[in-house]
Amino acid sequence: MSIRLTIVTEIQQIAETQKKSLPPLTDDLVLLDSGLDSLAIAILVARLEETLGFDPFTESDDIFYPVTLGDFIRFYENAAKTRSVDSGRAS
Amino acid sequence: MALGELVQGTGFGGRLVELAGRSVLVATRDQLTAALALIELDGVARRFVICPPDLASEHLPSVIARAGVDAIVSDNDPDHPGGLDVPLRVRCTVAIKPAEAPPIERHQTEWVLLTSGTTGAPKLLVHTLATLTGAIGGGPHQGPDVVWGTFYDIRRYGGLQIFLRAVLGSGSFVLSSATESAGDYLLRLGAHGVTHLSGTPSHWRRALMSPSARVISPRYVRMSGEIADQAILNALHECYPQASIGHAFASTEAGVGFEVTDGLEGFPASMIGRRGDVDMKVEEGSLRIRSTRNAVRYLGEDDQVLAAADGFVDTGDMVERRGDRYYFLGRRSGLINIGGLKVYPEEIEAVINRHPAVRMSVVRSKRSPITGSLVAADVVLKVPGGEQGHSSGSDQTEDVKREILQLCHEHLAAHKVPATIRFVQALDVAAAGKLARNRA
Repeated sequence: MSIRLTIVTEIQQIAETQKKSLPPLTDDLVLLDSGLDSLAIAILVARLEETLGFDPFTESDDIFYPVTLGDFIRFYENAAKTRSVDSGRAS
Repeated sequence: MALGELVQGTGFGGRLVELAGRSVLVATRDQLTAALALIELDGVARRFVICPPDLASEHLPSVIARAGVDAIVSDNDPDHPGGLDVPLRVRCTVAIKPAEAPPIERHQTEWVLLTSGTTGAPKLLVHTLATLTGAIGGGPHQGPDVVWGTFYDIRRYGGLQIFLRAVLGSGSFVLSSATESAGDYLLRLGAHGVTHLSGTPSHWRRALMSPSARVISPRYVRMSGEIADQAILNALHECYPQASIGHAFASTEAGVGFEVTDGLEGFPASMIGRRGDVDMKVEEGSLRIRSTRNAVRYLGEDDQVLAAADGFVDTGDMVERRGDRYYFLGRRSGLINIGGLKVYPEEIEAVINRHPAVRMSVVRSKRSPITGSLVAADVVLKVPGGEQGHSSGSDQTEDVKREILQLCHEHLAAHKVPATIRFVQALDVAAAGKLARNRA
């Protein structure tokens, strides 16, 4: 499953358990306007760490707090690219 | 001076005199009404108990009994909160009417604040105006050009500190509203030219995730209530380069300990053992504080001792010295701090253990880059499943996970519901027969 699809699926599951309805999950959607509060976003980051195996917020030296869903997805995609480059160098 | 002398009118419609000398529960829905009630009641009531907005109604009878409450102040609905045996109910409104200050005998009012307890029932802590304002005075944070804001509710210690700073420093104060988003509050703060803004690190992370983060340009940014890590300190400095950025150590029990303004996480080791208004020491790994800002005592809990014989309050916050600085490690007790809201694991474990398939569980703190910590649960099932990789077994485990989450959602506030549930074969049990809890 692509990172984008994994993120979208996890968001939908969290919204479902919290009984929140979501607006269309477009790239320019402001995360905090999505119906998910910061607790839900924290849960999302924790679940993604389980499914993807990494958490770019704690791995990255660049401090970054994403504003839109697109920012959030790109943050994960870039972190995944950096990881595969690093592991490629290591082997 | 009592705060009551600040108001040249009343929101009590002539009934303030009835509250003189009483133990008053301030249970308003609205933050502004609570603010007004506190100002008027200080010096008039013998004691008041400040109800935080999310206090579960099931805890009210025990709070009322322990604090000897004999009057309730509420706002819109005169019967809210209902079903309580209290002789006097008085309504307070924000529509202040001019009134002569009634001739009321002045009291040294006890300010009672609530904080989380092991079983979910809150602990009551007695403060006075003097203990609450010990850290406030002089400096660049006072004056008519200062506009305060806080992401906290003022009915918690962190928010109350800001409220008192604004009231006593003759500045302005922009209150948040429970019904508005972080973005909308930031827009209002921007419109009112906020200069001083406080919140937990989690509040600030949320603010930085808002498109409105840059509509404000505060001169002073303050964090408290949680560990401020280097990431949030750097991010705030980058977003508000003109601001002085401080992180304070404060708790309802120990009061305001100190503030660090050098932009680095942790605090200088030179602060330990220095004599002054606030004495600090580290014993058995935890930070201990003795000062005139400590709470006075616990209320209605005979077995709970706030300060040791030498006057030091054990904060329960574990610290470690590395070089010339101390760093916070987390809590000794297992207490989990989720964005400033605190919860003991026992309360959550009790709910998880109600599920018929669960043998035992341990709830621990999991680090979160967004809310500081999250709740994570390790669960042992009566019939182990899922680990064998058998597909139907795995499906059953998923069902149990969903049911446990459902159970938690029904019985616990949202921040107490585990973010992750892991099924394990066994849990560590310490020598005394208690579950081994990780140090945060």
